[in-house]
Amino acid sequence: MNLEDIIQKTKPYYCLECGKCTSICPVSRYDPGFTPRGMIENALLGFDDEVVLNRKLFSCLTCYTCQPECPSDVDFPVFVREARGLAQDNGQSGVCAHSGQLQSLARLMTNPDIKQNRLEWLSGEHRVSDDSDVLLWVGCAPYFEPIFRDVEFSALGVIKSTLKTMNSLGVEPRLLPNERCCGHDALWTGDFETFRKLAEHNAAQIREAGVKKIVFSCPEGYRTFKMDYPAHVKLDCEVQHFSEFVAERIGKNGLKLKETKKKVTYQDPCRLGRHLGVYDAPRKVLESIPGIELVEMRHAGPDSICCGTSAFTNCDSHSNLLRSERLKEAAATGAETLITACPKCQTHFRCATTDRGEERRSTPRLEIMDLANLVANATGE
Amino acid sequence: MMAGFEPQIIAFCCNWCTYAAADLAGTSRMHYPPNVRIVRVMCSGMVDPIYVLKAFEGGVDGILVAGCHLTDCHYIDGPVKCDETVNKLREVLHVLGLEDKRLRREMVAASEGVLFAQVINEMVEDLKKLGPSPFKAKTEALA
Repeated sequence: MNLEDIIQKTKPYYCLECGKCTSICPVSRYDPGFTPRGMIENALLGFDDEVVLNRKLFSCLTCYTCQPECPSDVDFPVFVREARGLAQDNGQSGVCAHSGQLQSLARLMTNPDIKQNRLEWLSGEHRVSDDSDVLLWVGCAPYFEPIFRDVEFSALGVIKSTLKTMNSLGVEPRLLPNERCCGHDALWTGDFETFRKLAEHNAAQIREAGVKKIVFSCPEGYRTFKMDYPAHVKLDCEVQHFSEFVAERIGKNGLKLKETKKKVTYQDPCRLGRHLGVYDAPRKVLESIPGIELVEMRHAGPDSICCGTSAFTNCDSHSNLLRSERLKEAAATGAETLITACPKCQTHFRCATTDRGEERRSTPRLEIMDLANLVANATGE
Repeated sequence: MMAGFEPQIIAFCCNWCTYAAADLAGTSRMHYPPNVRIVRVMCSGMVDPIYVLKAFEGGVDGILVAGCHLTDCHYIDGPVKCDETVNKLREVLHVLGLEDKRLRREMVAASEGVLFAQVINEMVEDLKKLGPSPFKAKTEALA
């Protein structure tokens, strides 16, 4: 595939060069070297190398802020994704955050012979059932646990909270002992081969398990299963985010939530919000907890600003600035806690709040918590 | 286990201690198996998790990360950093289902050529018992 094929496939030639994408892009705001309009223009003028070999290609957050604004409906994130595939073929892969460990782990997980020890965190207090047709997707959490300990983030804590909440709703989910990374990051960094292998492994296991519904605590896995897997693998089951799973049970099965006095604000993860349009479910869940006061940030819902890095690639000073500004916006609401529904938002925000660099002292030290953590705390007897 | 299986080991050795120890083992004509490929690094503290993961991706059977003793570091606290990295990696590799013995952390001073030879001997023995790494097949298919 060359850039011309990608242009034919994703149709950026409808671009009017109005520049709305660049003016609304959260990356362009802090990184003047990054311009979606310029990238499209270079592609259309035939300057293929300017697009494909440009390191900034990997700076796009694929957060879908630009696409709804585009009068010609150019799907810039998908154009970027395809162009990244071409870049990978040319030996470009962006600058991987955390030295590329997470990308490497995804590639290692494509191996069919591995027998992972991914469920050792399960303890007596968790109720799971191997006969259940509801699956809880654990995803990368067991790997994130050691890797992100230094930013004081517990990914397994989010999974445990999700499980605890499901249990108190009377659901005993099934967990797969050898599931792989969903492939989200591989897909969005243009490593399509790894993505395809991971998707096949996962689909085979899920089909074998006879699962009817999958619940995700991570919006990236949710998006990948809902929007990207159907094009590659055959899967016949319903997928749902944790917030939707809880929201549809509020007031029905008698989920008793105890009073939690807290003023919170909510960060819409890009995958859950703009990619999948889930804005109301998490808010409904938050409002159902007595004592929770939800205040919205200046940019909320579809206008929400991204946490600053996606697919663990090209995390730089601009990303950090973006993150810091978003945290300032959250602090300006007067909320004491920032609630997110995505483990990756949390790693990135926590990274900014635990950063002890002199120049970043101005980043507000907000408490950051996953929606699942908050709900699980409120279900406690 | 494969018959006649010879494990491949990558050893990340610090310039100041373990690399010198390997040199000493060589110049003193000590015998140790030729299954090890040494990568000289300036300090064991600079061994990044990705070096180890990439090596496993490439299909090696075991990895040794070796450097100065705790108080001998040329850069003050390299071995402390190295311990942190290796401990974190152990957890990650455990989740991935790799046996603990495939990643070994040692402190070998420049004068401890004997110890270096002994460590390599032990590792080769351990890895022969474990058999090839599950990631090996991928590389052989590529070759």
